Amino acid sequence: MQAYDRLKAARAQDRPTSRAYIEALFHERTELHGDRRFGDDAAIIGGIGELGGRTVTFIGIERGRDLKERIACHFGSPMPEGYRKALRLMKQAEKFKRPVVCFVDTSGAYCGEDAEERGQGLAIAENLMEMMGLATPIITVVIGEGGSGGALGLSVADRLFMLENAVFSVISPEGCASILWKDAKKAPDAAECLHITAYDMKQFGVAEQVIPEEFENFHKMCVKMEAQLVEEINVLCRKNTAQLLEERYQRFRRLGDWNESY
Amino acid sequence: MNRMIGLFKRSENKPEAGGMMPAAEERLKCPVCKSRLRKIDIKHNKMVCPECGYHYRLNARSRLKVICDKDSFQELFTNISTSDPLIFPGYRKKLEELSEKKVAHEGVLCGTGTINGYETALFIMDPSFMMGSMGSVVGEKISRLFEYAIAHHLPVVGFTASGGARMQEGILSLMQMAKVSGSVGKHSQAGGLYITVLTDPTTGGVTASYAMLGDILIAEPGTLIGFAGKRVIEQTTGKKLPEDFQSAEFLLKHGFLDAIVPRTELKETLARLLRQHGAKEVHHAGL
Ligand SMILES: [Zn+2]
Repeated sequence: MQAYDRLKAARAQDRPTSRAYIEALFHERTELHGDRRFGDDAAIIGGIGELGGRTVTFIGIERGRDLKERIACHFGSPMPEGYRKALRLMKQAEKFKRPVVCFVDTSGAYCGEDAEERGQGLAIAENLMEMMGLATPIITVVIGEGGSGGALGLSVADRLFMLENAVFSVISPEGCASILWKDAKKAPDAAECLHITAYDMKQFGVAEQVIPEEFENFHKMCVKMEAQLVEEINVLCRKNTAQLLEERYQRFRRLGDWNESY
Repeated sequence: MNRMIGLFKRSENKPEAGGMMPAAEERLKCPVCKSRLRKIDIKHNKMVCPECGYHYRLNARSRLKVICDKDSFQELFTNISTSDPLIFPGYRKKLEELSEKKVAHEGVLCGTGTINGYETALFIMDPSFMMGSMGSVVGEKISRLFEYAIAHHLPVVGFTASGGARMQEGILSLMQMAKVSGSVGKHSQAGGLYITVLTDPTTGGVTASYAMLGDILIAEPGTLIGFAGKRVIEQTTGKKLPEDFQSAEFLLKHGFLDAIVPRTELKETLARLLRQHGAKEVHHAGL
């Protein structure tokens, strides 16, 4: 399957959104709202629930299930207050020593005058730094589109899972094609060049696991995903904090490619 | 930041070449006040227009000259160079063209030096190398610099200038944002001081990571600082944005900067802050 076909699948409107996974995976849920600074961004949903007998914090980027929801959560592009809401819930998880599970599904952080005025760049930057030092396990599942810095803002994790048609990219293939070739229609070529698929991510060491998609039997798919999440959370919870944080740092520290002469 | 890679055109001037003494009569036209002034007079004013205060962009070597004490700079990590991990169309050719220009430090110059005698680690992003875009080399060198600063108990002064992530390195360039932010966090945890000086332009993935993570955030007047590109926002919202949108002055007004400091006062300001945070004072031949 071509990279661009996967991207199209990842963007498909009938694809399950974060809320569907959260409802299927976590029991005894309490949804929590707001960043305590400015507002409550509907593009970020979060709360507390139970997974495999353990209390966890869940956070997801929500695209919305119908047009009304999509407008309310601006099509899944979080505002600065969304990233700050996510960080508040992560800090709360750290205090109460519960793992964090994030779901990523966005074409990118919200791009607008108000987002800039409220410090979109700073909001993402703080999430990157704070997540790297968060003293509790973090697992991120990319369920659809992993669009650039807006997706990275919830992806500084100990483990990254990706659904088989999920993608992760530094720039949208359309944007890349229009900058490079002045032609957004060449997006399929750009998608190949950028290496955005889940399998590419696994090869780069950006992702640990690729999860098969079985949307026709969503419940069964989530039962398997629950087992994978529980297994990894158990592994991560056995590590002491210093080891957990050093391994998380090293997970990102080794990423990149350069020539080195001695 | 996918929307802001490549939006770099704010002012018309190219980063100043640096190095050679300009002929006495060579003149530059200021893009703001339109004065035609002798280049040598602008150079003596640290590439700031003496008439209106317009700040010309500086490449990393020229920046070093206006900030660091003479002969104090020791470059680090010179053995790291760009690879082409994705075999991305046109990237190798672009790199070969740039290597003829001999910008050996790639998108960032890293090292240690003194500022009015106060010792610090420094990184200076270079807008003349692929718009200061952040690829693996930039990320790796800056991460190593913060780790070096932790090991040697040094503060870090960082000059940012970037069009964003370098798309030719795909996801690996995006991941540099997380990697460097992690190194900044470690340095901060160890009690280290990090001063960021945002210079024109600081956009995209660099704004959404280490540019905004300084203990103290300073910008030069008129600097463009933003996450999403102004043109892209105007296109998507159909709304005309104010003239000062994403300027340093706009960010100061909204509470995202500590101070705007003209280039002519920057060295003194940095030296004072370094001293007040316990930076070591050293004396060397060049001072
Ligand atoms: Zn002028």
